[in-house]
Amino acid sequence: MATGIRDKVAILGMGCSKFGERWDKEADDLMVEAFEEAIADAGIEKNQIEAAWLATAIEEQHVGKSGVPLAVALRLPYIPVTRVENYCASGTEAFRGAVYAVASGAADIALALGVEKLKDTGYGGLPQRGRGALNSMYWPNMSAPGSFAQLAAAYRAKHNKKPEDLKRAMAHISVKSHDNGNKNAKAHLTNKITMENVLQSPMIAEPLGLFDCCGVSDGSACAIVTTPEIARSLGKTDIISVKALQLSVSNGTEAQHNSWDGSYFATTRIASKRAYKEAGISNPREEIDLIEVHDCFSVTELVTMEDLYVSPEGGAIKDVLDGFYDAEGKIPCQIDGGLKCFGHPIGASGMRMIYELYLQMQGKAGPRQRKELPRYGLTHNLGGFPHQNVCSISVIGKYGA
Amino acid sequence: MTEKNDVGILAFGAYLPRLRLSRKAVAEANAWFNPGLKGLAKGERTICNWDEDSVTMAVEAARDCLTGYDRGKLASVAFASTTLPFEDRLNAGIIVEALNLKPNVNAQDLTASQRAATSGLITALQMARGGAGPVLMIGSEKRRTRTASPLELQTGDGAAALLVGAGPVVAKFIASASRTVDFVDHFRGEGFEFDYTWEERWIRDEGYNKIVPAALADLFKSTDVKPADIAHFAMPCVLARVAAGIAKKAGMPDAVVRDNLHTVCGETGAAHPLVMLVDALEKAKPGDKILVVGFGQGCDVLLFEATDNLAKLTPRLGVKGHLARRKEETNYNKYLSFNDLVSIERGMRADVDKATPLSSLYRNRRMLTGFIGGECKKCGTLQFPKSNVCVNPNCNAFHTQEDHPFADTPAKVQSYTADRLTYSPDPPHYYGMVVFEQGGRTMIDFTDADGETVDVAAPMRMMFRIKEYDSNRGFTRYYWKAAPAGKPAQAKA
Repeated sequence: MATGIRDKVAILGMGCSKFGERWDKEADDLMVEAFEEAIADAGIEKNQIEAAWLATAIEEQHVGKSGVPLAVALRLPYIPVTRVENYCASGTEAFRGAVYAVASGAADIALALGVEKLKDTGYGGLPQRGRGALNSMYWPNMSAPGSFAQLAAAYRAKHNKKPEDLKRAMAHISVKSHDNGNKNAKAHLTNKITMENVLQSPMIAEPLGLFDCCGVSDGSACAIVTTPEIARSLGKTDIISVKALQLSVSNGTEAQHNSWDGSYFATTRIASKRAYKEAGISNPREEIDLIEVHDCFSVTELVTMEDLYVSPEGGAIKDVLDGFYDAEGKIPCQIDGGLKCFGHPIGASGMRMIYELYLQMQGKAGPRQRKELPRYGLTHNLGGFPHQNVCSISVIGKYGA
Repeated sequence: MTEKNDVGILAFGAYLPRLRLSRKAVAEANAWFNPGLKGLAKGERTICNWDEDSVTMAVEAARDCLTGYDRGKLASVAFASTTLPFEDRLNAGIIVEALNLKPNVNAQDLTASQRAATSGLITALQMARGGAGPVLMIGSEKRRTRTASPLELQTGDGAAALLVGAGPVVAKFIASASRTVDFVDHFRGEGFEFDYTWEERWIRDEGYNKIVPAALADLFKSTDVKPADIAHFAMPCVLARVAAGIAKKAGMPDAVVRDNLHTVCGETGAAHPLVMLVDALEKAKPGDKILVVGFGQGCDVLLFEATDNLAKLTPRLGVKGHLARRKEETNYNKYLSFNDLVSIERGMRADVDKATPLSSLYRNRRMLTGFIGGECKKCGTLQFPKSNVCVNPNCNAFHTQEDHPFADTPAKVQSYTADRLTYSPDPPHYYGMVVFEQGGRTMIDFTDADGETVDVAAPMRMMFRIKEYDSNRGFTRYYWKAAPAGKPAQAKA
């Protein structure tokens, strides 16, 4: 019987580059920027790292394939480097590889690094890319906002919500994230916005306006992990450990079988239940202190609050508008500004989220630091489309808590 | 009364695109250059949506024609058009695949003349008399015309289809006559985009007024039917009063000259004799004699008699139904852009290579062209596309899928969006999840959609359309799209 990952692996150090339109930087510059912070935080030498995982999703836009770009950028000493891609869950997937390597005893210290340089396309939004020979011949010509926008139509229909109420809650989500991003120097967008800004922004994919969509940016984030014992031997106190790492991947049921109604993420519901079990959490609304979710679009965040079993089904609009997820609320969501303000350099996003939990739990989050140090935090990534996707969940917490 | 061995038209169908371009909008945009166009600026013409061509219209007309008919009985498909998307690839073959016909049907393209469809129809009727058939005879046309040309205002896009054979015919074939004369009123040479047209007065005097009467005289010599017996004279001709003059000279009453549909549709090229014939059949009473003319380097004339089987035909949209399925378009620039008659800034998102992997397309042709999915033999679940493992989570059986056609199954919208980010020649791009009535679903492009017609639970029907056009290689790739099938299910908020 598998016992799960809880408390088997500790985070030794983390780093995160400034996210944004890094016109003057190559992907390897961003990798080095994140890594130098992490290695200093870990207090080890580079050659103590025994294995590494690199996450990039749209590699044809920057570094190309394989683990080589990471090995070359950091001049890693001929250690195993694995490149992973799993839609927007790629970053968390790299973290999972490194954590599992340490948990298995295959490596004492492992590195997970995510990077994406998306701003060399010449246009806004995610780069156009192929979907595979057959898929390209029958999938609709859909964009990311267009596929996620459909959640709104189905959610409204299922829960009999007025379009304007849903739109207002979605707008609140974006305003809240910009309020938070305003206190984060590493964010791409640090400006505050108003409800009017959001509600009056140009339509991208009905009902998502410009301010319902996260930005696209360049960035990198990384984690160095080890066992709690080694962390302690290296002089770490107040150890932050991994409580759960779960992944759920659509098998075509939502896309092809009429049991799915289009209003929720089937994968998130499954992955979050498994993660709570692995982490020993029985009531997430009471036990989790901080959430970083995949707010690629405001409606994704709203629906995800229910799929994580924090808001009751059909109750997210109320919780959002009540300020439950605001920085001063019961469970802040995107206290760092989220994808909304960081943009979404795909391979980096998952670890950027874990980085924020890691800072908050150590009281190192500066102007946006929660007064009471969070005990349990959750990160969530959702890659692909609502009807066919990859969902990753991590739960991070104080070691032994 | 009809006899078992009567030969003629067993069924008919048509397709006219939903968009109607206001001729006033065309004339107003171009009057600075040619004020004379204002004289042609009455009514509206049918125009294809950006994702339609002669093949897609032919498929829709054929589906309309085959409503309620067992497609397995078809022996032959003939496709007439002077605007074929492929010069070397059997265009009728695409239609055969889209209609899921048996591969043992004979299929051919008939082209290079405005009377290609009537000549094909005569051949089909002769085949049926010889015991062959049934033949599906389709005419479809999307003529490419120069900006500010009279042709731009005179033509329309459209298609019609006739099921020709022996049996319970709705119109019995009586006689035909043909003339072949190398009369070049217009032409389009190899590699040329547009027609070159000669003076209308000459076309009228030396062309229509000499060639058609001679063919009519031959026809009436071969039958007991007299010109005075004709109830419907269907002769496409954009020149004013020419058809009426020919009818009068031949001894037909004025009232039998059928409207050439100019004000509501325009002349649909090689398809137009069939379109006008279908229009006549929709209005004909049993016993009515119908005379059809196809003109082009000579002419074909065909005589039919409507039968009481007309009333027994399964309802279909036909010309009337498609004329009612209408959306006015007053934006001439949009028409120019749809037809690549103006170089519009499409943005970098339109830059992607649209090459088609031909081996993959071939391997998956039943799915992509025929819209065939699967039905699980074990649990009965329908799914699209078909796969090795049943999608039903309570079944998941391996290798149990049998072919199941989805093209004619009604569907409803589960979720949708109107996307302004993704590239579309007609933004915003509508698409979403549609759920089929008997099971199965698919995330699919919508077409002919707008804010008034699309909502959650809105009824949709599947239509055969262009998925991508690869302008680097000249390849048109087709697939199916969901189009609104009725009124919105709920009010738009």
